[in-house]
Amino acid sequence: MDKLYQKATKLRKLVLQMIHQAGSGHPGGSLSALDIITVLYFYEMRIDSKNPNWENRDRFVLSKGHACPALYAALAEKGFFPKKDLFSLRKINSRLQGHPDMLTTPGVEMSTGSLGQGFSAAIGMALAGKYIGKNFRVYVLLGDGELDEGEVWEGAMCASHYELDNLVAIIDYNGLQSDNYNTKTMNFEPLVEKWKAFNWYTLEIDGHNIPQIVNAFNRAKRLKRKPTVIVAHTIKGKGVSFMEDNPKWHGSLAPDDEQLKIALDELDGKELITNE
Amino acid sequence: MNKKMSLREAFGKALVKIGKNRKDFVVFDADVAGGTGTYHFRDTFPERFFQFGIAEQNMFAAAAGFSTLGITPIVTTYAVFASMRAIEQVRNSIAYPKLNVKIVASHPGLDTGPDGATHQAVEDLAIYRAIPNMVVISPADPIEVEKATEAILDYPGPVYMRTGRSPVPIIFDENYKFEIGRANTIMEGEDVSLFATGIMLHRALEVAQYLRKYGIYCEVVNISTLKPLDKETIIRSARKTKAVITMEDHNVIGGLAGAISEILSYYEPTLMRTIGIKDCFGESGEPNDLVKKYHLDRDSIIKIVEETVAIKNKFMRGRKWKDLKIKYPSLLAQVEE
Repeated sequence: MDKLYQKATKLRKLVLQMIHQAGSGHPGGSLSALDIITVLYFYEMRIDSKNPNWENRDRFVLSKGHACPALYAALAEKGFFPKKDLFSLRKINSRLQGHPDMLTTPGVEMSTGSLGQGFSAAIGMALAGKYIGKNFRVYVLLGDGELDEGEVWEGAMCASHYELDNLVAIIDYNGLQSDNYNTKTMNFEPLVEKWKAFNWYTLEIDGHNIPQIVNAFNRAKRLKRKPTVIVAHTIKGKGVSFMEDNPKWHGSLAPDDEQLKIALDELDGKELITNE
Repeated sequence: MNKKMSLREAFGKALVKIGKNRKDFVVFDADVAGGTGTYHFRDTFPERFFQFGIAEQNMFAAAAGFSTLGITPIVTTYAVFASMRAIEQVRNSIAYPKLNVKIVASHPGLDTGPDGATHQAVEDLAIYRAIPNMVVISPADPIEVEKATEAILDYPGPVYMRTGRSPVPIIFDENYKFEIGRANTIMEGEDVSLFATGIMLHRALEVAQYLRKYGIYCEVVNISTLKPLDKETIIRSARKTKAVITMEDHNVIGGLAGAISEILSYYEPTLMRTIGIKDCFGESGEPNDLVKKYHLDRDSIIKIVEETVAIKNKFMRGRKWKDLKIKYPSLLAQVEE
């Protein structure tokens, strides 16, 4: 577990440096999703960076595609492509597009960025897995603001209709969307009850607590004939004090030189924090 | 041209026939299997048929994910929904990552008939043509539907194919060869090129045969692939006849008319007229009555052809149009002025 925390801190630093270099990106939502992505790539999923197209691999779809700096950092750290590529994020001729592109970035399972669609694509993957009789698992990470999209609820109905127990959706519930708090923009509460009503198995966790994340994935695995949704309570901008819970850091904004230094210093201090 | 069958029925039957030999595809439906013809496949291969309910956006993006496992989803619904309700899913989740998803839609154009304007897609070809990586196909008869269904399954990438609702004459026979991106010249002629797509082909042929008796020789070309266009065949025909008429059961903006003018305006600027729906919505009615009202019927086509040949001959100072015994001589007077 300590190793996972250290890994998460390392990825956080990469994310901040990448976005700083790029001059834009979505730091807030990348940092809120980061611990979940860390657990998936460095603990949970059966994947092989040397054989990215291994057919029995578990699949991860970043439906909140704008948080891709976190995904790219994890993929590079995992060895899917060289780490130096991270600093070409959002630049011309880069393999790292502003939103994930499965054709240019090794390890990216689905091109996403238009909210709601990655969720449906993950449902399609899980359905195909059942159809061809493979037992890989499909993980899909959604933003909370993404839940405004009607397509998400079409998909929610579909996944439980087909009893996709090989599918785990994680909601990065940081409470903020592009413009404001979810409750102000479009209130989707009661959230857990909604997923229950759509016939999903629901879990509610602290999305920055690594043992809780690990445990939730394990519980999902034991469940049969229902998809699982993990409502992960997170903090937008987690790990950087001036970004935390501040809607300003949602998107198209990058830390300047001084802000980057402060953020990295803060994270250095946190590297030693272990499992509470 | 005696036997008739709708393109959707032909598609449904083709799926069953092809499905018996190849297991590499499945069919997705949004609760319109009766309307798109896929009920044939559902009843024969229930385990290869996926029902998504009336939820097209999820269905299209799910097809994208499904296709990554190496099985081709054929996603079916009405053209209005395939080209508008879920078009952004098609663009971002299917076309952008070039995924192997086939979209086959029925109920295009006025051919849709009594359901009325809400269900008559007059813009699907234009919309799909504008999306990068898409192949756009509109077969002309039941035989071509079957051949095209097989061809799109062999093609590795996203395809949009339009079928049809009403019974149409069978034009081709089993020896007909369909190839994505190839336009077939069905009749040769030198007075005017009729570039037809979809069910307009049989009307083009009917008119061409009729006009032969009056000394007007139409070249009839079946443009069943709107994208990628068979530039060579189109340019060669336009160069020969020096007058072109496009024919489609679709808005005259952005579909076949748009595609042909994009090519000819650069490579072979040619006198060109368009037959299609004139930038308006349709309405309820039997297809045969609708085509008359909206000027896609035989007589409207004859009128345009005669007019076009007349204009061409006036401008080209070629053959003497006055010698032609044509159906609407009054038009010649107009051209004369």
